[in-house]
Amino acid sequence: MSTQPLPSPPKPSGLATDLRPVPTSCTDLFVSFTLIALQGFGGVLAVIQRELVERKRWLSNEEFIEEWSVAQILPGPNVCNLAMMIGQRHFGLAGAMSALAGLLAAPLLVVLVLALVYARFADVPAVQGALRGMAAVAAGLVAATGLKMSAALGKNVLPLAVCVIIAALGFVLLAWVRVPLAAVVFGLGGLGCVLAWRRLTP
Amino acid sequence: MSAPQLVFSWHDWLSLFAHFLMLSMMSLGGAISTTSEMQRYLVEGQGWLTPAQFGDSVALAQSSPGPNVLFVALLGWNVGLNNGSVTAALSGVVIAMVGIMLPSTVFTYQVAQWAQRNRTLRAVRAFKQGMAPLVIAMLLSTAWLLGSSGGADLDHWPLWLLTAASCLIIWRTRLHLLWILAAGALLGAIGLV
Repeated sequence: MSTQPLPSPPKPSGLATDLRPVPTSCTDLFVSFTLIALQGFGGVLAVIQRELVERKRWLSNEEFIEEWSVAQILPGPNVCNLAMMIGQRHFGLAGAMSALAGLLAAPLLVVLVLALVYARFADVPAVQGALRGMAAVAAGLVAATGLKMSAALGKNVLPLAVCVIIAALGFVLLAWVRVPLAAVVFGLGGLGCVLAWRRLTP
Repeated sequence: MSAPQLVFSWHDWLSLFAHFLMLSMMSLGGAISTTSEMQRYLVEGQGWLTPAQFGDSVALAQSSPGPNVLFVALLGWNVGLNNGSVTAALSGVVIAMVGIMLPSTVFTYQVAQWAQRNRTLRAVRAFKQGMAPLVIAMLLSTAWLLGSSGGADLDHWPLWLLTAASCLIIWRTRLHLLWILAAGALLGAIGLV
């Protein structure tokens, strides 16, 4: 596995005149991403953007959007991919692993403690009700994320009608017909990629 | 429905691990987008978790800080607990998390560099653009399955109303999610939904 940091166009390495803050060490990456993760209830995207762009200024807003689009299309949790890409850029493999560990370690302990606490009170009707209510909200959060992202379809190279047909067909196949995801990704996703390829000018 | 009493052989652990390894590479748009496939396998296919255990795992992870992928740790935890020991539960956590993270992490690490250098390439752009509608379909179908875990019939209309209302609020306002989760928990605790 290569440990070469990603070349970063606006920040040629070794240029002392660049005053942009950067992570100072792997420990810095680990601590920073731990703090970001512990603030992110119900998803980390909003927090990570505010911290990295507005507070720490490790990335400009434009860089963040570019990185995010790559993190999002690669398999794996989006924020984990993003943290890894940032860590890798500055400290190679060690940086990527420090950022990823920071994002996951402390929240994993928190969620396991919550699960243990929940197991003790699982039979209390009020606790069951609270979980039921939170599950309904969680479903709403996922749907809202999908709706927010659907705004980007307007700028897609595919005509909006094609996007809507693929999205609707995908929903019916996955949610109602219960076709396995792999078949839908390769079939319908592959179709989308081929159509996009044909419409893009070389 | 009471939790199933499981006795896993090494072969069952391996199947669990292999399934998460495969889902890792399928998790475009985040691990949450493979939730429907996980439910199909763990609940409907193998019967290793009850629908309630599955829904609770997702809800607990959502109401806890950190990346959403941690619901996978709780799925592993509960499959292990159904085997009757904390050791098995911790094994479940490790197997599920390593399974869901390992392939995507290795792949992302390699491809991120390549994609960054070749982001004007026609194939890279076609992939980004062509996958977009399906990523949204995956999120919406996940929401559908999460929302119907309590029962898809009209008797549960208050839950559906809560889901629809929180979706609208999160979509259209910048209200912190914690408030909406707290409201959902409160409505559930006093028995309104």
